[in-house]
Amino acid sequence: MDLRSPLGRARGLGSAKSGVEHFWLQRVTAIGLVPLAAWFAFSIARIGGADYDAVRLWLSAPVNASLMILAVVTAVWHGVLGVQVVIEDYVHGHTSMWIGLIATRMLGAFLATAMTVSILKIALGG
Amino acid sequence: MVEFSLPANSKVEAGKTHKAPAGATAVKTFTIYRFDPDLGRNPRLDSFEIDSNACGPMVLDALLKIKNEIDPTLTFRRSCREGICGSCAMNIDGTNTLACLKPIADIKGEVRVYPLPHMPVVKDLVCDLTVPYAQLESVAPWLRSQTPPPPDTERLQSPEERAKLDGLWECILCFCCQTSCPSYWWNGGRYLGPSILLQAARWIEDSRDEFTGERLDALEDPFKLYRCHTIMNCTSTCPKGLNPARAIGGIKEKLIERRF
Repeated sequence: MDLRSPLGRARGLGSAKSGVEHFWLQRVTAIGLVPLAAWFAFSIARIGGADYDAVRLWLSAPVNASLMILAVVTAVWHGVLGVQVVIEDYVHGHTSMWIGLIATRMLGAFLATAMTVSILKIALGG
Repeated sequence: MVEFSLPANSKVEAGKTHKAPAGATAVKTFTIYRFDPDLGRNPRLDSFEIDSNACGPMVLDALLKIKNEIDPTLTFRRSCREGICGSCAMNIDGTNTLACLKPIADIKGEVRVYPLPHMPVVKDLVCDLTVPYAQLESVAPWLRSQTPPPPDTERLQSPEERAKLDGLWECILCFCCQTSCPSYWWNGGRYLGPSILLQAARWIEDSRDEFTGERLDALEDPFKLYRCHTIMNCTSTCPKGLNPARAIGGIKEKLIERRF
């Protein structure tokens, strides 16, 4: 039973003093993804039909490897921030929300690491 | 999790139909949400056929006619009948608006009237606004200043400073925007909602207020402010033509501005 006053409930636990960082990063990663996604689409269109050796040669160029890592890390980062919003919007139980948020971050960290390692492996001659 | 269907005791059932009087020349049907907590029954939709030629031009006129002449138990809030008190806010023809400002002639077919969405219904078209009023109080919607006012004049404001309040001070707190916002539907207990954030912006923008930083501190929260996803239902539904989404955007800009 909740016998707090409506004002007490509205004030709740007060402000978390956060949220700006998330808001800012979501927009910065979105802006960053515009040229990165364009470069990625252009590159895939150019080398899409090439064989493994040709792709490896292309990815071994430092600029291409760097941009590829930057693109996948930025995309995953932006995705994690977006999924966080969806979870905060629709998952209302505190425990399930925390589990969802932690799992999202872990999955994001794993994906970013795995893709970075894979790109480096190919770029460095795997 | 979010509930996507109505609870069993909120499912709307068919109700009574009140036929138009004999000799009616321009029959208009009003389908109105009815709920009486004393009956212990589900809400229902009653239909009232009225003669538009014997009724005033606005939806509020029709509701008053129905209450006066057909069913005196029909319950709704109203006061000024000229769009300044905000009492008669309700969902008409699928959009939140003021019944006193909504012309019947603008609605094709039957006129469907519901209470403001996603709020607890007290009776018929009257919903419980306790939470938004408490949320309003929580943002301290009054001038806060440590500097005492000048002894012989009011606190001065330049025309440019005063102009920043245009589009904010006109809000009549009808909560049409508040209850049109899906984010407020899902997280109404924690998200302050468009009308409260517009009120907060009104005092953040006020050059005479000295607590701008504290006001921004109180709003810097993933739920209180950042549940706004710029859906813009608030702006499209506001019966006063205000833009709560832009006001919320202004708060977000100020929170960025003070970091860089």
